Amino acid sequence: MEDSHSPEKVIEVQGLTKQFKDVLAVNNLDLNVYKGDVFGFLGPNGAGKSTTIRMLLSLIKPTSGSIRIFGKPLDKDRKEILRKIGAIVEKPDFYLYLPAYKNLEILGKISGTDVSHKRIMEILELVGLEKRYKSKVKTFSHGMKQRLGIAQALLHDPDLIILDEPTTGLDPQGMKEIRDLIIHLSKDRGKTIFLSSHILPEVELVANRMIIISKGTTKVEGTVSGLLNSDKLKVTVQVDNKELAANLINNSSWKEKLTGMVNSDLFFSLKKDEISELNKYLVQNNVLVSGLIPMRSLEDYFLAITEGKE
Amino acid sequence: MIKLISIELYKIFSKWRTYIGFIAIGLLVPLIHYAFFMAGEKGASFALRNLGDQFVYTGNLLNGYFISNFILQSLFVHIPFLIVLVGGDLLAGEATGGTYRMLVTRPVSRFQIVTSKFIAGIIYTALLIFWLAIMSLGLGLLLFGSGPLITVRSKIIIFASDDIFWRFICAYGIAILNMSVVTSLAFLFSSFVQNAIGPIVTTMAIIIIFLIVSVIPIDFFESLKPYLFTNYFGGWNSFFNDPIDKQKLIKDSMVLLAHIVGFYGLALLIFQKKDILS
Repeated sequence: MEDSHSPEKVIEVQGLTKQFKDVLAVNNLDLNVYKGDVFGFLGPNGAGKSTTIRMLLSLIKPTSGSIRIFGKPLDKDRKEILRKIGAIVEKPDFYLYLPAYKNLEILGKISGTDVSHKRIMEILELVGLEKRYKSKVKTFSHGMKQRLGIAQALLHDPDLIILDEPTTGLDPQGMKEIRDLIIHLSKDRGKTIFLSSHILPEVELVANRMIIISKGTTKVEGTVSGLLNSDKLKVTVQVDNKELAANLINNSSWKEKLTGMVNSDLFFSLKKDEISELNKYLVQNNVLVSGLIPMRSLEDYFLAITEGKE
Repeated sequence: MIKLISIELYKIFSKWRTYIGFIAIGLLVPLIHYAFFMAGEKGASFALRNLGDQFVYTGNLLNGYFISNFILQSLFVHIPFLIVLVGGDLLAGEATGGTYRMLVTRPVSRFQIVTSKFIAGIIYTALLIFWLAIMSLGLGLLLFGSGPLITVRSKIIIFASDDIFWRFICAYGIAILNMSVVTSLAFLFSSFVQNAIGPIVTTMAIIIIFLIVSVIPIDFFESLKPYLFTNYFGGWNSFFNDPIDKQKLIKDSMVLLAHIVGFYGLALLIFQKKDILS
Protein backbone atom coordinates (compact mmCIF):
# COMPACT_ATOMS: atom_id res chain seq x y z
CA MET A 1 0.00 0.00 0.00
CA GLU A 2 1.05 3.56 -0.59
CA ASP A 3 2.46 5.66 2.17
CA SER A 4 0.18 8.64 2.01
CA HIS A 5 -0.64 9.45 5.62
CA SER A 6 -1.58 12.92 6.73
CA PRO A 7 0.43 14.43 9.57
CA GLU A 8 -2.52 14.38 12.00
CA LYS A 9 -1.63 12.00 14.81
CA VAL A 10 -4.38 9.70 16.00
CA ILE A 11 -2.25 7.78 18.48
CA GLU A 12 0.84 9.23 20.07
CA VAL A 13 2.70 7.08 22.56
CA GLN A 14 5.81 8.25 24.35
CA GLY A 15 8.03 6.30 26.71
CA LEU A 16 5.32 3.80 27.48
CA THR A 17 6.39 1.30 30.11
CA LYS A 18 4.54 -1.42 32.00
CA GLN A 19 6.13 -3.40 34.76
CA PHE A 20 4.28 -6.42 36.22
CA LYS A 21 6.17 -7.29 39.41
CA ASP A 22 9.30 -8.97 37.98
CA VAL A 23 8.28 -8.77 34.32
CA LEU A 24 8.96 -5.72 32.18
CA ALA A 25 6.21 -6.22 29.59
CA VAL A 26 6.62 -2.93 27.71
CA ASN A 27 9.80 -0.91 27.89
CA ASN A 28 9.94 2.76 26.91
CA LEU A 29 7.86 2.30 23.76
CA ASP A 30 7.29 5.18 21.35
CA LEU A 31 4.90 5.02 18.42
CA ASN A 32 2.81 7.30 16.26
CA VAL A 33 -0.25 6.38 14.25
CA TYR A 34 -1.55 8.91 11.74
CA LYS A 35 -5.07 9.49 10.51
CA GLY A 36 -6.00 7.03 7.76
CA ASP A 37 -3.12 4.68 8.59
CA VAL A 38 -3.44 0.95 8.60
CA PHE A 39 -0.76 0.54 11.20
CA GLY A 40 0.79 -2.89 11.59
CA PHE A 41 1.83 -3.67 15.14
CA LEU A 42 4.06 -6.70 14.84
CA GLY A 43 5.88 -8.85 17.28
CA PRO A 44 6.23 -12.45 18.40
CA ASN A 45 4.00 -13.87 21.10
CA GLY A 46 4.93 -12.29 24.43
CA ALA A 47 6.49 -9.22 22.80
CA GLY A 48 4.16 -6.86 24.67
CA LYS A 49 1.61 -6.23 21.91
CA SER A 50 -1.48 -7.06 23.93
CA THR A 51 -0.17 -5.22 26.98
CA THR A 52 0.35 -2.13 24.81
CA ILE A 53 -3.15 -2.46 23.36
CA ARG A 54 -4.62 -2.89 26.83
CA MET A 55 -2.89 0.32 27.87
CA LEU A 56 -4.23 2.10 24.76
CA LEU A 57 -7.72 1.03 25.80
CA SER A 58 -7.25 1.87 29.50
CA LEU A 59 -7.67 -1.75 30.55
CA ILE A 60 -4.36 -1.53 32.36
CA LYS A 61 -2.51 1.45 33.70
CA PRO A 62 0.98 2.25 32.42
CA THR A 63 3.82 2.27 34.92
CA SER A 64 5.14 5.35 33.11
CA GLY A 65 4.87 7.16 29.81
CA SER A 66 2.08 8.99 28.06
CA ILE A 67 -0.69 8.06 25.65
CA ARG A 68 -2.50 10.68 23.58
CA ILE A 69 -5.33 9.60 21.29
CA PHE A 70 -7.09 12.06 18.97
CA GLY A 71 -4.73 14.63 20.46
CA LYS A 72 -6.07 14.17 23.99
CA PRO A 73 -4.48 12.52 27.01
CA LEU A 74 -6.07 9.10 27.62
CA ASP A 75 -5.91 9.36 31.40
CA LYS A 76 -7.91 12.61 31.42
CA ASP A 77 -10.29 12.25 28.45
CA ARG A 78 -10.84 8.50 28.58
CA LYS A 79 -14.60 8.47 27.98
CA GLU A 80 -14.49 10.92 25.11
CA ILE A 81 -11.66 8.99 23.45
CA LEU A 82 -13.23 5.54 23.91
CA ARG A 83 -16.45 6.77 22.31
CA LYS A 84 -14.50 6.97 19.02
CA ILE A 85 -12.67 3.64 19.33
CA GLY A 86 -13.78 0.14 18.42
CA ALA A 87 -11.58 -2.74 19.48
CA ILE A 88 -10.97 -6.44 19.69
CA VAL A 89 -8.56 -7.35 22.46
CA GLU A 90 -7.11 -10.84 22.11
CA LYS A 91 -9.92 -13.37 21.71
CA PRO A 92 -13.41 -11.96 21.48
CA ASP A 93 -15.51 -12.88 24.50
CA PHE A 94 -19.21 -12.33 24.85
CA TYR A 95 -22.08 -13.12 27.17
CA LEU A 96 -22.39 -16.71 26.04
CA TYR A 97 -25.85 -17.10 27.55
CA LEU A 98 -27.22 -14.27 25.38
CA PRO A 99 -27.96 -14.21 21.62
CA ALA A 100 -25.58 -12.43 19.25
CA TYR A 101 -28.12 -9.67 18.67
CA LYS A 102 -28.59 -9.02 22.39
CA ASN A 103 -24.83 -8.89 22.93
CA LEU A 104 -24.53 -6.21 20.27
CA GLU A 105 -27.56 -4.36 21.60
CA ILE A 106 -26.04 -4.21 25.09
CA LEU A 107 -22.67 -3.07 23.77
CA GLY A 108 -24.36 -0.52 21.54
CA LYS A 109 -26.22 0.93 24.51
CA ILE A 110 -23.02 1.47 26.48
CA SER A 111 -21.05 2.77 23.52
CA GLY A 112 -22.45 6.23 23.90
CA THR A 113 -24.35 6.32 20.61
CA ASP A 114 -27.83 5.14 19.75
CA VAL A 115 -27.46 1.91 17.85
CA SER A 116 -30.65 1.02 16.02
CA HIS A 117 -31.99 -2.43 15.13
CA LYS A 118 -31.19 -1.64 11.51
CA ARG A 119 -27.57 -0.82 12.34
CA ILE A 120 -27.13 -4.04 14.34
CA MET A 121 -28.51 -6.10 11.48
CA GLU A 122 -26.32 -4.24 8.96
CA ILE A 123 -23.22 -5.02 10.98
CA LEU A 124 -24.24 -8.65 11.44
CA GLU A 125 -24.72 -8.88 7.70
CA LEU A 126 -21.31 -7.32 7.10
CA VAL A 127 -19.65 -10.12 9.09
CA GLY A 128 -21.96 -12.81 7.72
CA LEU A 129 -23.85 -13.57 10.91
CA GLU A 130 -27.25 -12.11 10.04
CA LYS A 131 -28.89 -15.54 9.92
CA ARG A 132 -27.59 -16.44 13.38
CA TYR A 133 -28.62 -13.25 15.16
CA LYS A 134 -31.01 -15.11 17.45
CA SER A 135 -28.52 -17.84 18.35
CA LYS A 136 -26.85 -17.79 21.74
CA VAL A 137 -23.14 -17.07 21.45
CA LYS A 138 -22.31 -20.30 23.28
CA THR A 139 -23.35 -22.15 20.11
CA PHE A 140 -20.85 -20.18 17.97
CA SER A 141 -17.55 -21.55 16.67
CA HIS A 142 -14.35 -19.60 17.35
CA GLY A 143 -14.45 -18.14 13.85
CA MET A 144 -18.00 -16.94 14.34
CA LYS A 145 -17.07 -15.34 17.66
CA GLN A 146 -14.18 -13.65 15.90
CA ARG A 147 -16.61 -12.23 13.32
CA LEU A 148 -18.94 -11.10 16.09
CA GLY A 149 -15.91 -9.49 17.72
CA ILE A 150 -15.34 -7.45 14.59
CA ALA A 151 -19.04 -6.60 14.49
CA GLN A 152 -18.97 -5.20 18.04
CA ALA A 153 -15.83 -3.20 17.21
CA LEU A 154 -17.54 -1.55 14.22
CA LEU A 155 -20.99 -1.22 15.76
CA HIS A 156 -20.79 2.42 16.82
CA ASP A 157 -18.94 3.52 13.67
CA PRO A 158 -15.67 4.41 15.41
CA ASP A 159 -12.90 6.53 13.86
CA LEU A 160 -10.11 4.36 15.24
CA ILE A 161 -10.31 0.57 15.11
CA ILE A 162 -7.89 -1.47 17.19
CA LEU A 163 -7.68 -5.09 16.13
CA ASP A 164 -5.61 -7.51 18.15
CA GLU A 165 -4.90 -10.63 16.07
CA PRO A 166 -8.27 -10.41 14.26
CA THR A 167 -7.70 -13.39 11.98
CA THR A 168 -6.84 -15.87 14.72
CA GLY A 169 -8.90 -19.01 14.32
CA LEU A 170 -10.29 -18.08 10.91
CA ASP A 171 -10.03 -20.25 7.81
CA PRO A 172 -8.17 -18.84 4.76
CA GLN A 173 -11.41 -17.51 3.28
CA GLY A 174 -12.30 -15.84 6.57
CA MET A 175 -8.80 -14.34 6.80
CA LYS A 176 -9.15 -12.90 3.31
CA GLU A 177 -12.56 -11.44 4.17
CA ILE A 178 -11.10 -9.72 7.22
CA ARG A 179 -8.22 -8.33 5.15
CA ASP A 180 -10.68 -7.05 2.55
CA LEU A 181 -12.78 -5.51 5.29
CA ILE A 182 -9.74 -3.72 6.75
CA ILE A 183 -8.83 -2.34 3.33
CA HIS A 184 -12.45 -1.26 2.76
CA LEU A 185 -12.65 0.47 6.13
CA SER A 186 -9.40 2.27 5.52
CA LYS A 187 -9.77 3.25 1.87
CA ASP A 188 -13.51 3.77 1.52
CA ARG A 189 -14.47 4.84 5.02
CA GLY A 190 -11.32 6.72 6.05
CA LYS A 191 -10.90 4.79 9.30
CA THR A 192 -7.61 4.56 11.10
CA ILE A 193 -6.72 0.98 11.88
CA PHE A 194 -4.26 -0.32 14.43
CA LEU A 195 -3.63 -3.94 13.52
CA SER A 196 -1.71 -6.17 15.86
CA SER A 197 -0.33 -9.42 14.53
CA HIS A 198 2.54 -11.84 14.82
CA ILE A 199 2.34 -12.71 11.12
CA LEU A 200 4.40 -10.40 8.88
CA PRO A 201 2.72 -11.30 5.54
CA GLU A 202 -0.68 -10.58 7.04
CA VAL A 203 0.38 -7.05 7.98
CA GLU A 204 2.25 -6.56 4.73
CA LEU A 205 -0.93 -7.14 2.74
CA VAL A 206 -2.95 -4.40 4.40
CA ALA A 207 -0.73 -1.99 6.33
CA ASN A 208 0.99 1.16 5.10
CA ARG A 209 3.07 1.68 8.23
CA MET A 210 4.32 -0.71 10.83
CA ILE A 211 6.41 -1.30 13.88
CA ILE A 212 8.05 -4.49 15.07
CA ILE A 213 8.48 -4.89 18.79
CA SER A 214 10.21 -7.55 20.80
CA LYS A 215 10.51 -7.87 24.56
CA GLY A 216 8.54 -4.67 24.91
CA THR A 217 10.88 -2.48 22.88
CA THR A 218 10.84 -1.15 19.32
CA LYS A 219 13.01 -3.07 16.84
CA VAL A 220 11.97 -1.53 13.53
CA GLU A 221 9.51 1.22 12.60
CA GLY A 222 8.59 2.79 9.29
CA THR A 223 6.51 2.51 6.16
CA VAL A 224 5.80 -1.01 4.99
CA SER A 225 7.01 -0.27 1.45
CA GLY A 226 10.19 1.26 2.78
CA LEU A 227 10.93 -1.53 5.20
CA LEU A 228 10.08 -4.39 2.87
CA ASN A 229 11.38 -3.18 -0.50
CA SER A 230 14.41 -1.03 0.02
CA ASP A 231 16.53 -3.74 1.55
CA LYS A 232 18.36 -6.47 -0.25
CA LEU A 233 16.68 -9.82 -0.55
CA LYS A 234 18.08 -13.16 0.37
CA VAL A 235 17.39 -15.22 -2.78
CA THR A 236 17.59 -18.98 -3.06
CA VAL A 237 18.31 -20.12 -6.62
CA GLN A 238 17.58 -23.78 -7.47
CA VAL A 239 19.40 -25.12 -10.54
CA ASP A 240 19.71 -28.44 -12.41
CA ASN A 241 23.50 -28.29 -12.78
CA LYS A 242 25.16 -26.92 -9.72
CA GLU A 243 28.75 -27.33 -10.94
CA LEU A 244 28.12 -25.42 -14.16
CA ALA A 245 26.21 -22.72 -12.33
CA ALA A 246 28.92 -22.36 -9.68
CA ASN A 247 31.55 -22.10 -12.36
CA LEU A 248 29.61 -19.41 -14.20
CA ILE A 249 29.01 -17.42 -11.04
CA ASN A 250 32.63 -17.64 -9.89
CA ASN A 251 33.77 -16.25 -13.23
CA SER A 252 31.43 -13.29 -13.21
CA SER A 253 30.51 -10.23 -11.16
CA TRP A 254 27.70 -12.28 -9.51
CA LYS A 255 30.38 -13.91 -7.37
CA GLU A 256 30.30 -10.91 -5.00
CA LYS A 257 26.62 -11.49 -4.41
CA LEU A 258 26.84 -15.21 -3.74
CA THR A 259 26.49 -15.93 -0.05
CA GLY A 260 26.49 -19.71 -0.01
CA MET A 261 25.73 -23.06 -1.64
CA VAL A 262 23.89 -26.08 -0.24
CA ASN A 263 23.10 -29.12 -2.43
CA SER A 264 21.52 -27.72 -5.60
CA ASP A 265 20.67 -24.39 -3.96
CA LEU A 266 22.70 -21.23 -4.37
CA PHE A 267 22.12 -18.30 -2.05
CA PHE A 268 22.47 -14.69 -3.14
CA SER A 269 22.01 -11.27 -1.59
CA LEU A 270 20.28 -9.26 -4.30
CA LYS A 271 18.26 -6.17 -4.97
CA LYS A 272 14.78 -6.81 -6.32
CA ASP A 273 15.60 -5.91 -9.95
CA GLU A 274 18.74 -8.08 -9.93
CA ILE A 275 16.75 -11.30 -9.57
CA SER A 276 15.56 -11.36 -13.17
CA GLU A 277 19.03 -10.42 -14.45
CA LEU A 278 20.61 -13.34 -12.63
CA ASN A 279 17.92 -15.67 -13.97
CA LYS A 280 18.57 -14.42 -17.52
CA TYR A 281 22.35 -14.85 -17.13
CA LEU A 282 22.03 -18.46 -15.94
CA VAL A 283 19.46 -19.47 -18.57
CA GLN A 284 21.45 -17.90 -21.40
CA ASN A 285 24.42 -19.99 -20.26
CA ASN A 286 22.44 -23.23 -20.40
CA VAL A 287 21.69 -23.58 -16.69
CA LEU A 288 18.09 -24.54 -16.06
CA VAL A 289 16.64 -22.55 -13.15
CA SER A 290 13.89 -24.50 -11.42
CA GLY A 291 13.27 -22.04 -8.61
CA LEU A 292 13.90 -18.48 -7.44
CA ILE A 293 12.80 -17.95 -3.85
CA PRO A 294 13.24 -14.43 -2.51
CA MET A 295 13.23 -13.79 1.21
CA ARG A 296 13.48 -10.21 2.43
CA SER A 297 15.96 -9.30 5.06
CA LEU A 298 13.15 -7.85 7.18
CA GLU A 299 11.29 -11.13 7.03
CA ASP A 300 14.52 -12.84 7.99
CA TYR A 301 14.94 -10.40 10.80
CA PHE A 302 11.36 -10.86 11.94
CA LEU A 303 11.81 -14.63 11.87
CA ALA A 304 14.97 -14.25 13.91
CA ILE A 305 12.98 -12.23 16.46
CA THR A 306 10.12 -14.69 16.55
CA GLU A 307 12.51 -17.62 16.87
CA GLY A 308 14.23 -15.87 19.74
CA LYS A 309 17.57 -15.39 17.99
CA GLU A 310 17.51 -11.62 18.37
CA MET B 1 -26.71 5.04 35.05
CA ILE B 2 -30.30 3.78 34.81
CA LYS B 3 -29.48 2.30 31.41
CA LEU B 4 -26.47 0.50 32.89
CA ILE B 5 -28.48 -0.80 35.85
CA SER B 6 -31.19 -2.14 33.54
CA ILE B 7 -28.50 -3.88 31.44
CA GLU B 8 -27.01 -5.43 34.56
CA LEU B 9 -30.44 -6.61 35.72
CA TYR B 10 -31.05 -8.09 32.29
CA LYS B 11 -27.75 -9.96 32.51
CA ILE B 12 -28.50 -11.19 36.04
CA PHE B 13 -31.93 -12.47 35.06
CA SER B 14 -30.60 -14.13 31.91
CA LYS B 15 -28.55 -16.52 34.01
CA TRP B 16 -29.85 -19.79 35.32
CA ARG B 17 -28.13 -19.41 38.71
CA THR B 18 -30.26 -16.34 39.46
CA TYR B 19 -33.37 -18.49 39.64
CA ILE B 20 -31.95 -21.05 42.08
CA GLY B 21 -32.91 -18.84 45.04
CA PHE B 22 -36.38 -18.14 43.67
CA ILE B 23 -36.96 -21.82 42.91
CA ALA B 24 -35.69 -22.92 46.34
CA ILE B 25 -38.06 -20.49 48.10
CA GLY B 26 -40.84 -21.30 45.65
CA LEU B 27 -40.58 -24.99 46.53
CA LEU B 28 -39.72 -24.90 50.21
CA VAL B 29 -42.20 -22.32 51.46
CA PRO B 30 -45.30 -23.98 49.92
CA LEU B 31 -43.99 -27.25 51.36
CA ILE B 32 -43.97 -25.68 54.83
CA HIS B 33 -47.47 -24.33 54.22
CA TYR B 34 -48.56 -27.80 53.19
CA ALA B 35 -46.95 -29.36 56.25
CA PHE B 36 -48.78 -26.92 58.53
CA PHE B 37 -52.00 -27.52 56.64
CA MET B 38 -51.67 -31.26 57.19
CA ALA B 39 -50.58 -30.94 60.83
CA GLY B 40 -53.33 -28.42 61.65
CA GLU B 41 -53.36 -27.00 65.20
CA LYS B 42 -50.77 -29.58 66.29
CA GLY B 43 -48.26 -27.76 64.12
CA ALA B 44 -49.04 -24.46 65.79
CA SER B 45 -48.71 -26.04 69.22
CA PHE B 46 -45.33 -27.44 68.30
CA ALA B 47 -44.19 -24.10 66.94
CA LEU B 48 -45.29 -22.41 70.15
CA ARG B 49 -43.30 -24.87 72.20
CA ASN B 50 -46.39 -26.66 73.50
CA LEU B 51 -47.65 -23.62 75.36
CA GLY B 52 -51.08 -25.03 74.60
CA ASP B 53 -50.55 -27.35 77.55
CA GLN B 54 -50.63 -24.31 79.84
CA PHE B 55 -52.92 -21.88 77.97
CA VAL B 56 -56.22 -22.09 76.25
CA TYR B 57 -56.29 -20.40 72.85
CA THR B 58 -59.35 -19.22 71.06
CA GLY B 59 -59.64 -17.98 67.50
CA ASN B 60 -57.64 -18.76 64.33
CA LEU B 61 -54.20 -19.44 65.79
CA LEU B 62 -52.86 -21.20 62.71
CA ASN B 63 -53.11 -18.20 60.40
CA GLY B 64 -51.01 -16.66 57.62
CA TYR B 65 -49.16 -14.33 60.00
CA PHE B 66 -48.23 -17.13 62.33
CA ILE B 67 -46.84 -19.30 59.56
CA SER B 68 -45.03 -16.40 57.88
CA ASN B 69 -43.35 -15.55 61.16
CA PHE B 70 -42.36 -19.18 61.59
CA ILE B 71 -40.91 -19.29 58.06
CA LEU B 72 -38.96 -16.08 58.58
CA GLN B 73 -37.48 -17.40 61.83
CA SER B 74 -36.58 -20.73 60.23
CA LEU B 75 -35.27 -19.67 56.85
CA PHE B 76 -33.58 -16.41 57.63
CA VAL B 77 -30.24 -18.02 58.36
CA HIS B 78 -30.31 -19.87 55.03
CA ILE B 79 -31.28 -17.08 52.65
CA PRO B 80 -27.68 -15.71 52.52
CA PHE B 81 -26.54 -18.94 50.91
CA LEU B 82 -28.92 -18.32 48.03
CA ILE B 83 -27.95 -14.68 47.68
CA VAL B 84 -24.20 -15.24 47.39
CA LEU B 85 -24.75 -17.28 44.22
CA VAL B 86 -25.53 -14.05 42.43
CA GLY B 87 -23.52 -11.59 44.55
CA GLY B 88 -20.29 -13.53 44.08
CA ASP B 89 -20.77 -13.64 40.33
CA LEU B 90 -21.43 -9.94 39.73
CA LEU B 91 -17.85 -8.90 38.98
CA ALA B 92 -16.00 -12.22 38.87
CA GLY B 93 -18.45 -13.52 36.27
CA GLU B 94 -17.27 -10.82 33.87
CA ALA B 95 -13.66 -11.79 34.53
CA THR B 96 -14.39 -15.48 33.94
CA GLY B 97 -16.22 -14.74 30.71
CA GLY B 98 -13.56 -12.29 29.54
CA THR B 99 -16.26 -9.66 29.12
CA TYR B 100 -14.55 -7.11 31.39
CA ARG B 101 -12.61 -6.14 28.26
CA MET B 102 -15.76 -5.24 26.39
CA LEU B 103 -17.19 -3.25 29.28
CA VAL B 104 -14.10 -1.32 30.28
CA THR B 105 -13.22 -0.35 26.69
CA ARG B 106 -16.58 1.42 26.32
CA PRO B 107 -17.13 5.05 27.21
CA VAL B 108 -18.37 4.33 30.70
CA SER B 109 -16.35 4.95 33.85
CA ARG B 110 -15.26 2.17 36.15
CA PHE B 111 -17.30 3.89 38.84
CA GLN B 112 -20.40 3.51 36.67
CA ILE B 113 -19.64 -0.15 35.96
CA VAL B 114 -19.13 -1.05 39.62
CA THR B 115 -22.02 1.04 40.89
CA SER B 116 -24.52 -0.26 38.34
CA LYS B 117 -23.55 -3.84 39.13
CA PHE B 118 -23.78 -3.20 42.85
CA ILE B 119 -27.21 -1.57 42.59
CA ALA B 120 -28.42 -4.41 40.35
CA GLY B 121 -27.18 -6.87 43.01
CA ILE B 122 -29.08 -5.02 45.73
CA ILE B 123 -32.23 -4.98 43.56
CA TYR B 124 -31.87 -8.74 43.05
CA THR B 125 -31.55 -9.15 46.84
CA ALA B 126 -34.66 -7.06 47.42
CA LEU B 127 -36.59 -9.04 44.82
CA LEU B 128 -35.61 -12.33 46.46
CA ILE B 129 -36.83 -11.10 49.84
CA PHE B 130 -39.96 -9.76 48.15
CA TRP B 131 -40.49 -13.21 46.66
CA LEU B 132 -40.06 -14.70 50.14
CA ALA B 133 -42.68 -12.25 51.40
CA ILE B 134 -45.12 -13.17 48.66
CA MET B 135 -44.60 -16.89 49.17
CA SER B 136 -44.74 -16.84 52.96
CA LEU B 137 -47.03 -13.95 53.87
CA GLY B 138 -49.07 -13.70 50.68
CA LEU B 139 -49.59 -17.41 50.23
CA GLY B 140 -50.00 -17.86 54.00
CA LEU B 141 -52.80 -15.32 54.23
CA LEU B 142 -54.40 -16.80 51.12
CA LEU B 143 -54.33 -20.35 52.47
CA PHE B 144 -54.78 -19.85 56.19
CA GLY B 145 -56.40 -16.42 56.45
CA SER B 146 -55.67 -13.68 58.96
CA GLY B 147 -55.69 -13.76 62.75
CA PRO B 148 -53.71 -12.72 65.84
CA LEU B 149 -50.03 -13.47 66.06
CA ILE B 150 -48.53 -15.05 69.15
CA THR B 151 -44.78 -14.77 69.62
CA VAL B 152 -42.78 -16.31 72.41
CA ARG B 153 -39.66 -14.53 73.56
CA SER B 154 -38.81 -13.62 77.13
CA LYS B 155 -42.56 -13.21 77.40
CA ILE B 156 -45.57 -14.22 75.39
CA ILE B 157 -46.81 -11.43 73.13
CA ILE B 158 -50.12 -11.47 71.32
CA PHE B 159 -50.58 -9.02 68.42
CA ALA B 160 -54.04 -8.20 67.21
CA SER B 161 -54.65 -9.09 63.57
CA ASP B 162 -54.91 -5.40 62.57
CA ASP B 163 -51.55 -4.62 64.19
CA ILE B 164 -49.41 -7.13 62.33
CA PHE B 165 -49.22 -6.43 58.61
CA TRP B 166 -47.08 -3.30 58.94
CA ARG B 167 -44.72 -5.21 61.23
CA PHE B 168 -44.14 -7.76 58.51
CA ILE B 169 -43.53 -5.05 55.92
CA CYS B 170 -40.93 -3.44 58.19
CA ALA B 171 -39.39 -6.83 59.02
CA TYR B 172 -38.98 -7.63 55.34
CA GLY B 173 -37.49 -4.16 54.82
CA ILE B 174 -34.87 -4.81 57.48
CA ALA B 175 -34.32 -8.29 56.02
CA ILE B 176 -33.41 -6.62 52.73
CA LEU B 177 -30.88 -4.49 54.61
CA ASN B 178 -29.42 -7.58 56.30
CA MET B 179 -29.16 -9.54 53.09
CA SER B 180 -27.68 -6.55 51.28
CA VAL B 181 -24.70 -6.87 53.63
CA VAL B 182 -24.25 -10.43 52.37
CA THR B 183 -24.55 -9.27 48.75
CA SER B 184 -22.02 -6.49 49.39
CA LEU B 185 -19.54 -8.88 50.99
CA ALA B 186 -19.82 -11.34 48.10
CA PHE B 187 -19.51 -8.38 45.71
CA LEU B 188 -16.31 -7.27 47.43
CA PHE B 189 -14.75 -10.72 47.16
CA SER B 190 -15.97 -10.84 43.58
CA SER B 191 -13.81 -7.81 42.76
CA PHE B 192 -10.63 -9.63 43.85
CA VAL B 193 -10.76 -12.69 41.65
CA GLN B 194 -11.33 -14.09 38.17
CA ASN B 195 -13.79 -16.82 39.14
CA ALA B 196 -17.13 -16.66 40.96
CA ILE B 197 -16.61 -19.85 42.98
CA GLY B 198 -14.05 -18.21 45.28
CA PRO B 199 -16.29 -15.31 46.39
CA ILE B 200 -19.30 -17.60 46.83
CA VAL B 201 -17.44 -20.11 49.01
CA THR B 202 -15.58 -17.43 50.98
CA THR B 203 -18.74 -15.46 51.76
CA MET B 204 -20.56 -18.63 52.80
CA ALA B 205 -17.63 -19.64 55.01
CA ILE B 206 -17.54 -16.23 56.70
CA ILE B 207 -21.27 -16.28 57.39
CA ILE B 208 -21.10 -19.81 58.81
CA ILE B 209 -18.14 -18.92 61.03
CA PHE B 210 -19.75 -15.67 62.22
CA LEU B 211 -23.05 -17.42 62.95
CA ILE B 212 -21.33 -20.18 64.92
CA VAL B 213 -19.24 -17.70 66.89
CA SER B 214 -22.39 -15.66 67.58
CA VAL B 215 -24.17 -18.51 69.34
CA ILE B 216 -21.34 -19.97 71.43
CA PRO B 217 -21.72 -18.53 74.96
CA ILE B 218 -18.02 -18.27 75.78
CA ASP B 219 -16.51 -15.00 77.04
CA PHE B 220 -13.94 -14.82 74.27
CA PHE B 221 -16.57 -15.21 71.54
CA GLU B 222 -18.89 -12.82 73.38
CA SER B 223 -16.18 -10.18 73.19
CA LEU B 224 -15.94 -10.72 69.42
CA LYS B 225 -19.67 -10.38 68.79
CA PRO B 226 -19.78 -6.59 68.36
CA TYR B 227 -17.36 -6.95 65.44
CA LEU B 228 -19.39 -9.55 63.58
CA PHE B 229 -21.95 -8.14 61.18
CA THR B 230 -24.14 -11.20 61.69
CA ASN B 231 -24.63 -9.98 65.25
CA TYR B 232 -26.78 -7.17 63.86
CA PHE B 233 -28.96 -9.38 61.71
CA GLY B 234 -31.74 -9.69 64.31
CA GLY B 235 -33.23 -6.24 63.73
CA TRP B 236 -36.15 -7.54 61.70
CA ASN B 237 -37.22 -9.63 64.71
CA SER B 238 -37.65 -6.57 66.89
CA PHE B 239 -40.85 -5.72 65.01
CA PHE B 240 -42.38 -8.79 66.65
CA ASN B 241 -41.55 -7.49 70.10
CA ASP B 242 -43.49 -5.06 72.20
CA PRO B 243 -42.38 -2.39 72.70
CA ILE B 244 -40.00 -2.16 69.74
CA ASP B 245 -36.49 -1.29 70.87
CA LYS B 246 -36.13 1.56 68.39
CA GLN B 247 -32.71 2.67 69.54
CA LYS B 248 -31.23 -0.79 69.07
CA LEU B 249 -33.00 -1.15 65.75
CA ILE B 250 -31.56 2.13 64.48
CA LYS B 251 -28.10 1.33 65.78
CA ASP B 252 -28.14 -2.15 64.22
CA SER B 253 -29.39 -0.75 60.93
CA MET B 254 -26.69 1.92 60.87
CA VAL B 255 -24.00 -0.67 61.54
CA LEU B 256 -25.30 -2.81 58.67
CA LEU B 257 -25.55 0.21 56.38
CA ALA B 258 -21.95 1.12 57.24
CA HIS B 259 -20.91 -2.42 56.28
CA ILE B 260 -22.73 -2.15 52.95
CA VAL B 261 -21.12 1.20 52.16
CA GLY B 262 -17.72 -0.06 53.34
CA PHE B 263 -17.81 -3.26 51.27
CA TYR B 264 -19.02 -1.38 48.20
CA GLY B 265 -16.42 1.37 48.65
CA LEU B 266 -13.63 -1.17 48.98
CA ALA B 267 -14.80 -3.05 45.88
CA LEU B 268 -14.91 0.25 43.98
CA LEU B 269 -11.40 1.15 45.11
CA ILE B 270 -10.06 -2.23 44.06
CA PHE B 271 -11.78 -2.11 40.68
CA GLN B 272 -10.59 1.43 39.98
CA LYS B 273 -6.98 0.33 40.42
CA LYS B 274 -7.36 -3.10 38.85
CA ASP B 275 -5.49 -4.04 35.68
CA ILE B 276 -7.88 -5.97 33.46
CA LEU B 277 -5.79 -8.96 32.42
CA SER B 278 -8.57 -11.49 31.85
